[in-house]
Amino acid sequence: MNKLTIAAAICAALCVLPAQARKKPEPSPVKPAPFASTYKAIASPPVLIQNATVLTGTGERLDNADVLMQDGKIQAVGKALSAPGNAKIINGTGKWVTPGIIDVHSHLGVYASPGIDATSDGNEATNAVTANVWAEHSVWPQDAGFAKALAGGVTSMQILPGSANLVGGRSVILKNVAATTYQAMKFPGAPHGIKMACGENPKRVYGEKGGPSTRMGNVAGYRAAFIGAEAYRRKWDAYEKGGRQGDAPDQDLANDTLAGVLRGDITVNIHCYRADEMAAMIDLSKEFDFQISSFHHGVEAYKVADLLAKEKICGALWADWWGFKLEAYDGIEENIALVDRAPGGCAVVHSDSGEGIQRLNQEAAKVMASSKRVNIDIAPEHAIRWLTSNAAKALRIDEQTGSLQTGKMADVVVWSGTPFSTYAKAEQVFIDGALLYDRNNKALQPRADFLIGQEGQP
Amino acid sequence: MSRSLIFFGLAAFAFNAQAQNVLIKNATVHTAASQGTLNNTDVLVQGGIIRAIGKNLANPAGLKSVDANGKPLTPGLFGGITDIGLEEISQEETTVDANLNLKTGDSGLIETLRPEFDVTRAYNPRSTLLAVARVGGMSFTALGTDGALLSGQGGVMRLDGGYEPIAGRRVPFISIGAGKLGQSGATRAAQFMLLEQAFNEAKAPTPGDDRLLTGQGRNALNQAMAGQRFLVSVNREADIRQVLKLVQKYGIRIAIIGGAEAWRVADALAAAKVPVFLDALDNLPGSFEQIGASEENAARLHRAGVSVSFINGNDPSHNARKVRQIAGVAVSNGLPWEAGLAGITSAPAKALGVDAQVGSIEVGKSADLVLWTGDPLEVSSTATAMWLQGKETPLVSRQTLLRDRYLAPDNGLPRAYQP
Repeated sequence: MNKLTIAAAICAALCVLPAQARKKPEPSPVKPAPFASTYKAIASPPVLIQNATVLTGTGERLDNADVLMQDGKIQAVGKALSAPGNAKIINGTGKWVTPGIIDVHSHLGVYASPGIDATSDGNEATNAVTANVWAEHSVWPQDAGFAKALAGGVTSMQILPGSANLVGGRSVILKNVAATTYQAMKFPGAPHGIKMACGENPKRVYGEKGGPSTRMGNVAGYRAAFIGAEAYRRKWDAYEKGGRQGDAPDQDLANDTLAGVLRGDITVNIHCYRADEMAAMIDLSKEFDFQISSFHHGVEAYKVADLLAKEKICGALWADWWGFKLEAYDGIEENIALVDRAPGGCAVVHSDSGEGIQRLNQEAAKVMASSKRVNIDIAPEHAIRWLTSNAAKALRIDEQTGSLQTGKMADVVVWSGTPFSTYAKAEQVFIDGALLYDRNNKALQPRADFLIGQEGQP
Repeated sequence: MSRSLIFFGLAAFAFNAQAQNVLIKNATVHTAASQGTLNNTDVLVQGGIIRAIGKNLANPAGLKSVDANGKPLTPGLFGGITDIGLEEISQEETTVDANLNLKTGDSGLIETLRPEFDVTRAYNPRSTLLAVARVGGMSFTALGTDGALLSGQGGVMRLDGGYEPIAGRRVPFISIGAGKLGQSGATRAAQFMLLEQAFNEAKAPTPGDDRLLTGQGRNALNQAMAGQRFLVSVNREADIRQVLKLVQKYGIRIAIIGGAEAWRVADALAAAKVPVFLDALDNLPGSFEQIGASEENAARLHRAGVSVSFINGNDPSHNARKVRQIAGVAVSNGLPWEAGLAGITSAPAKALGVDAQVGSIEVGKSADLVLWTGDPLEVSSTATAMWLQGKETPLVSRQTLLRDRYLAPDNGLPRAYQP
């Protein structure tokens, strides 16, 4: 984040919220943020996992180690921990323990199962710039895919709009807890993200719907949107700075989102495959002075790994998808490893798939295996970061989760063995210290309402 | 790479018999046949054919010898039912030849029934997808076609750059379900009606204007009904049961593709000796045709005695290599390991009628072999060597070449000057 953006972010935090406290005459009240999280951690007695192989998510591996969870938080990680009297003890012998898996790119809920017209809620494909829409308003909590992802160890995920649009709208970060409303899944305190898309998708979708129909049209579209948003931001920031006196400027949902990007309040996720297009998007971010959090898909990220590292942009990538579009034609199996090994590089394994999200651990394992062919050895304690702490960093929730550090949310997976195997199974999954999935206990396996009473169910 | 591929294409059998000889020593040989797994075993290949399997085999002819160091050796793997060589870039329609999509008018049902369509005629063995699949250990695939109810014929291809299907084998395809409702008057019931009418017509063509099939189509379908195994795409239990009725009524042979709910029909499928090609990752109720999708599909079918083969249902062609992981996931969900390996080797070879050539390590079979760093069903393993008809085939693809280009140390010139 550059200095200006940081200043904007600080202003957003310090100038806006305490405005009511200032001694100016009759300031307009600050409304609470709409659609707030109602998430509440499920209460649980303390849990002590003993004698496991622990990958902390910070790059460390601890053998024969314990993990203590208490009051929803990681209390301690280390050898021979003692537990409070009421703690539940789990024998971790032979097991591996990792932070909960985080998927930074999911469409669960917005493209729910069953995949029919009625559940196709991921692309507001009516305008190339729909910064006004929020993915959370499409999330169907009864998507059976959430529970399958949980069985794969996924404890948090970012639900994104699709990639039809230049600006697809806001993402939402959810904790993977079964709930009747999405607000009850909403990750407390997590920032919104924005979804943007490069390349073929927008020009294909809008080529015969008024444009853009070319990549140059795409870039002109982003620039026009941000020029408008910058003027909007100035107007609103002046109003806030002036103590919210007089009439507020007109509110515009799209510009709210884009101005949030310019202020640094909203993380930027860009669907972008080609190396040259990623470089163009970096220039766009400099023109309008915002920070890109991650490029998603980035099949050619390996060609600009150093550039991404230098610009502090994560590559949220697949292990092996390629070839479905020309912009995905240059895929290589070592893409994630090459982004990872650039000094300061931030590699993230993402899914973009209701199937892939169930096995992000195996996706990482494939990268480790293919990298070995070219003598790049990646240790498990390092690779786990791609699906835990690096993902948390990309979503800006790394203060709360993504690693097994004291005080963090107790989002924890107990694996049957090394997670980097075809045969690995997430056996127990904890979210905020509560056991919410247990492979050996049907009573602790959530099922969506949609599946109830379906005779064909396994 | 390109040069050796050209040789394959031009002269797979005649060219350089010496290069089709090898003695692979000291491997853990997963035969995918009755011998199971053999430790510390040698495999002798001459003229592209497996001639001997055993311990400490002599090397009488002084053949090139490779020490496997105890690593697993498998038959070349089945890459699933794919469009390899039929599509280069999925979303660029000028590069995709997989499906016959004739326009269908109100009374134009004839155009949905083209059993004479032979998709292998569009097969391009120079496609980059072949080498990518080989790097993943895949040596053969069934070209599929899915444009219509009676969608036409594919073929089983060895991924060696040759043009002809293995044993000249053609495979007829049928496709049932939601994807074809537009061709059956918006009801599945008509799909079975039309299939019956087409079968009747092929068996005993009646004169008149109400024919569904062309003359060539009748011949092709008649021939298929007489001896070939139809590959039928179908997922829903109810539809599978209807398909089994057709099997009984017409005495045809089929295998099921997809079969998300096949486990619910397992006993009937076993009794009718119907193999199933399935994607073990297909465990979501992705449509109302697969409310019963389960990761245990393979294990349950196997327990009932059904032959299970694996396909990648999501991304079959570009990611054909994922079939190996798919088999492994089936094993992690209750399928015995040997059945998992069989599902990507001998089982599909048998179901597709090419088991005399490929799919197992047995004396007399083609020497299509892969050496691995470890358990071939493990995502943490990779292929280290491949032989196709005994000829060592470099594990090089456009992907590995791109990788090497960008891994090469900076030499002061742009990457475009790297190999």
